[in-house]
Amino acid sequence: MTTNDESGPDAAALATTAPQAEVVARRQGMFGAHDAGDTSGYGGLVRTVALPPPSVRPFGGSFDAVADALEAALGADGTAFGDAVGSVVVDRGEMTLHVHRERLLEVVRALRDEPDLRFELLSGVSGVHYPEESGRELHAVYHLLSITNNRRLRLEVTCPDADPHIPSVVEVYPTADWHERETWDFFGIQFDGHPALTRIEMPDDWPGHPQRKDYPLGGIPVEYKGATIAPPDTRRSYS
Amino acid sequence: MTDRTIDDTVDDAYGATESEPAEGKVFTATGGDWTDIAEEAASLGEERIVVNMGPQHPSTHGVLRLILELDGETVTEARCGIGYLHTGIEKNMEFRTWTQGVTFVTRMDYLTPLYQETAYCLGVEKLLGITDEVPERATIARVLLMELNRISSHDVAIATGGMEIGALTVMTVGFRLRERLLKLFEHVTGLRMNHAYIRPGGLAQDLPKGAVDFIRDALPDIRRDISDLEKLSNENPLVKARLVDTGYLDLAGCMALGITGPVLRSTGLPHDLRRLEPYCGYETYDFDVVTWDSMDAYGRLRIRLEEMKQSLRIVEQCLTRLEQTPGPVMIGDKKIAWPSQLAIGGDGMGNSLDHIREIMGTSMEALIHHFKLVTEGFRVPVGQVYQAVESPRGELAVHLVSDGGTRPYRAHFRDPSFVNLQAVAAMCEGSQIADVIAAVASLDPVMGGVDR
Repeated sequence: MTTNDESGPDAAALATTAPQAEVVARRQGMFGAHDAGDTSGYGGLVRTVALPPPSVRPFGGSFDAVADALEAALGADGTAFGDAVGSVVVDRGEMTLHVHRERLLEVVRALRDEPDLRFELLSGVSGVHYPEESGRELHAVYHLLSITNNRRLRLEVTCPDADPHIPSVVEVYPTADWHERETWDFFGIQFDGHPALTRIEMPDDWPGHPQRKDYPLGGIPVEYKGATIAPPDTRRSYS
Repeated sequence: MTDRTIDDTVDDAYGATESEPAEGKVFTATGGDWTDIAEEAASLGEERIVVNMGPQHPSTHGVLRLILELDGETVTEARCGIGYLHTGIEKNMEFRTWTQGVTFVTRMDYLTPLYQETAYCLGVEKLLGITDEVPERATIARVLLMELNRISSHDVAIATGGMEIGALTVMTVGFRLRERLLKLFEHVTGLRMNHAYIRPGGLAQDLPKGAVDFIRDALPDIRRDISDLEKLSNENPLVKARLVDTGYLDLAGCMALGITGPVLRSTGLPHDLRRLEPYCGYETYDFDVVTWDSMDAYGRLRIRLEEMKQSLRIVEQCLTRLEQTPGPVMIGDKKIAWPSQLAIGGDGMGNSLDHIREIMGTSMEALIHHFKLVTEGFRVPVGQVYQAVESPRGELAVHLVSDGGTRPYRAHFRDPSFVNLQAVAAMCEGSQIADVIAAVASLDPVMGGVDR
């Protein structure tokens, strides 16, 4: 959410109306060395990681039809579109609805049952961890497929690390059962209302949630022909 | 990273712990003690028993654990335990470059390595916005390899499935056919499995000289083996007795449980991503989407056999196109195209001496460029994509998130085996225990893909 000085007053005025990109992280320096002095000379380099910004209508293609139908369906239940869907991102030909977790079940039920939407198949649920995005560290990502209309749609729901709760969609899409267990297992997101939210890939007594960014990859140095190869997570990185 | 988040209060966090069963008596069979166990069980007079099948049972396709509650021979409850083959591939990929990721994804579902490679590379290309710049020859070769892979995967499904219901000749014919296909993979990619042949932007290298003729010469034998499999299974009364009406799952069940692939097509719905959202130019190939309407294991067998023949049709079209399509197999953008100039030397395949001579002797810029691309990798613009392909088991999809760096920020695979296994309870509860084997075989789960 930075405003450049050189962009001028017009851009500043625009910024109040145009939606802002979601900044998820700030990276400093290069080569992944943060504990030593600035030997590379790149230590002052600062890069912000901003996800593709929200789109405004018209979204293009069939995306408007999806948004309209969802708005109508939610409206019939007395929910405003803006109360349920925080923002809409259309990027690389894919549509993402950022849904507030309180309204997730209403939204998925409308997406499945509304005749104009008919997203019959939930392809999967997965998680993404943005440790620097304070208050929205954990994202659950749902991929829906409508076989009737041959469309795809992505839902993204966030929750803070301090309160990692998202309602379970198992009652609407039973296939979410194992996906939500996997996301709980790997990210620690608790899906409220899931019939049996237990670990699925890791052993039952495993400590921690391995796919989170603060969980180390692990590994030991390997000696090969006299040279020692460091474990992957301690090697030089450029990101 | 020294800041471990693992609980230090536990002596061995990963060691086994003592646990008492919630109810009932536990028998542990160690072999040779069946008489004792049977006598003791009979003395308890309990008909309801819980049997733990796997994770080391040969007919569970790897390390699948089935927990079956039995009333006599009838399964009253069936649950799956998975995770025995979890290797943290997705986590590992976050610590490697985008190109190195291919080496990992090829090891997930070890019967369909080329589908993971293609799905992953299509995803990376979509993130980079270079989908249309991938050379035609590379795309045709991807389709060729995927369809050969479909034949070999369906073939193993039928061969092992046949073995499990006692059709041993189906197994021997099936593995003979698999050998023919693995020879083709070895000829083209250099390896029978774990190919890492498809890369973001194209292929690791062009097909070897004469590969088109080599593959074409193998097709009659492949066709004969498929025909043998059909003759052995299609009207075989024993196969039909075991498979017809076994593992029943209707369309509503498939939709609710997210089932795709041959299991979904056995309900009569012609759902095939090659047709519905074509990738790799599938809309230009001539093939039929095979369906069946019996919703049972027999229908899935017939679908797989027919799909093998349809794949052969596509393979033939690919071979014709490859002959007419010369040219590069890697994108022209040198900032993305991984240098893979290789040559055959006296000691096998290795770096091309011409390339080494150029980067080491004549062009310092070429050396720097090579070094930077190989060690650092290319940067991928921020964003996320979802790319699905029709694998032999159903919708195989990759969800990739990039933070603008040289490594995937998150790579998630939606593996069809993982989802399809959720149907075990719906298919098996209420059936005989012997039908569990046939029903699971008709799902064709591969644990490498399930657990990743």
